[in-house]
Amino acid sequence: MSGSPAVVSPGSAAPVSDTDALRRAPRRRSMPSAVLGLIGLLALVALVEILPRIGVLPREFFPTSSEIGSSLADLVGQASFWQAVLDTLSGWALGLAIASVAGIVLGILIGSSRFTREFTASTIEFLRPIPSVALIPIAVLLFGSEIESKLLLVVYASFWQVLIQVLYGVQDIDPVAQDTARAYGLGRWARVRYLTWPTALPYVMTGLRLAAAVALILAVTSELVIGNPGLGKLLATAQSSGAIANTYAIVVVTGILGVLVNLVFRAIERRSLSWHPSQRAELPA
Amino acid sequence: MTGILRRVGMTIGLPVLLLAAWWFASANSTDFFFPPLSQILESLVDEWFGPRLAADVLPSVLRLAAGYALAAVVAVSLGVLIGTSRTVRGVLEPVLEFFRAIPPPVLVPIFILLLGIGDGMKVVVIAFGCMWPILLNTVEGVRAVDSVLSDTARTYGITGAARLRKLVLPAASPQIFAGLRQGLSVAIILMVISELFAASNGLGFAVVQAQRSFAIAETWAGMLMLGLLGFLLALLFRVVENRQLRWYHGLRRAQRSS
Repeated sequence: MSGSPAVVSPGSAAPVSDTDALRRAPRRRSMPSAVLGLIGLLALVALVEILPRIGVLPREFFPTSSEIGSSLADLVGQASFWQAVLDTLSGWALGLAIASVAGIVLGILIGSSRFTREFTASTIEFLRPIPSVALIPIAVLLFGSEIESKLLLVVYASFWQVLIQVLYGVQDIDPVAQDTARAYGLGRWARVRYLTWPTALPYVMTGLRLAAAVALILAVTSELVIGNPGLGKLLATAQSSGAIANTYAIVVVTGILGVLVNLVFRAIERRSLSWHPSQRAELPA
Repeated sequence: MTGILRRVGMTIGLPVLLLAAWWFASANSTDFFFPPLSQILESLVDEWFGPRLAADVLPSVLRLAAGYALAAVVAVSLGVLIGTSRTVRGVLEPVLEFFRAIPPPVLVPIFILLLGIGDGMKVVVIAFGCMWPILLNTVEGVRAVDSVLSDTARTYGITGAARLRKLVLPAASPQIFAGLRQGLSVAIILMVISELFAASNGLGFAVVQAQRSFAIAETWAGMLMLGLLGFLLALLFRVVENRQLRWYHGLRRAQRSS
C-alpha cells in the first residue's frame, strides 16, 4: 500500500471544509478521476437495482433504480414538478440574496472598526449556533405557510455563514496597504472599494458557497415541515400517499440540485478570484 | 483593573442592551404573538427548566448524542479506509458528494418508511445526516498527510495501528474536527426535525405542541431553550477542540508570525 503522494503538509493545510485542496495537489494517477467517479456512480445505480431484486433490501421500502428512474421521468414530464422546482429555487435565491447583502454590508461595517468588532463578538457568538429550525414555530405562528416563513429560515441560516467569513476577511487587510492607502489620502469609500473588498473577496466567496448550500437545505426543510409550496412539500405528499418510488425520485432531485448549487458556486468562486495571486486557505466558519 | 472592566463591558454590553430593548418594548405588549419578555422568561424557568427538562430536553439530547457518536465513529473509520487508497477515493468521491448534497431533512420521510417512528429512527436520521461532512473531511485529511512524514514512518517500520494512531489520525485531526463541527450543527437540526414528524417527547415535539395549542409564551421560551442548547453544545465543542488541537493552533500561530 503506497502512501498518498500529496504535498500538502498538515501544518500548512487549513482545515478546509471541502475538497478544494484536492485539485491543487499534484498527483500521479493511473486512471483519470472522472472515469473512477463514473464507475462509482454506475456501481451505486447497479446496487440499488440489484439489492432490492434479490431481496437483500426489502422490496416494499426500496424501489429499484429503474423504478426510481421511471418515476423521475414521469416527474420531469409534469408541469407541477417544474413549478415545485421553481418555488424551491426562488425561495432559495431570494433568501440567499437578502442574507448575502445583509451579511456583506454588516460584515464590512462591523469588521472595519475594532470597537464594533469587540462590542458585537459575544452577541454573534451566541446567536450564530442557534439552530435555524428553532425558528420554525415562530415562523409558522407569524406567517403560516406563506413564503415569508421560508425566507425567515433561509435568511437566518445563511446570514451567519456570510457574516462570519466577511468578518474574517476584513481583518485580513495588510496593515502596510492600509497605511499606504491612508497616506495617499484615499477616502473611506475608496478604501472599502479598493482595499477592503478585494482583500475580503476570497472569504466572501467561501461564505457565499457555504451559505448557498445551507440555504437550499433550509428551503427544502421549510417546505417539508411548514408546507410552503416546493419540492419539500411534493416530497411530503408523495410519502404520505405511499408513492415510494416518487419519494426516492424527489430525494434524488434534491441531491442533484445540491450538487449543481455547489458546482455553480465553485465556478463563480474560481472566476471571480482568477486575479487573486494565491488561493488563500479558507478559515473554518 | 480597567482592562478587565472594559472586557466585561464589551462582552455583556450589547446583549444587555438588546435584552433591555426587548424587555421594555414588549413590557405592556398586548399583541397575541409577541408576549412580554417577562412571561417568556417565566415560562422558560417554570416549564423548560422544570418538568420538561427531564421529560423532553433530556430524551432529545440523548438521541442527539447517540446519533452524533454513531456518525463520528462510522464516518472517521470509513474516512480513514477510503482516504488511504487513491482508487477507492476516486470511485467513491462523487457518490459521497451526492449523498452530502441531499438536504438531510428530506431523508426523514424515507427513514420513517424504513424504521417506523421510534427512537431508533431518530438516532439513525441524525447519524445518517451528519456523517457526510465528517466523512468527506476525514477522507481529505487522511489524503493530505505529509508525504515526508509518511515516508519517514514507513522507513522506520511504523505500520498498522501505530501508524494510524501516531501519524494518520493526528495529521488528519484538524480536518476531522472541521467536519465534526459542521456535523454538529446538522445533527442539532435533525434532532429537531425528526421530532416534528412523529414523536411523543422531545424538545422539537414540545415546541411544536406549544405552537399548535397557541401557547405563545411557551413557544418563545422553547425557542430560547433550543438556542441555549445550540449555544452550549457549540461551546462544549470548542472546549474539546481547543484541547485536542492545541498543538495545531500553536503551529499555525508560529507559522503565521514567522
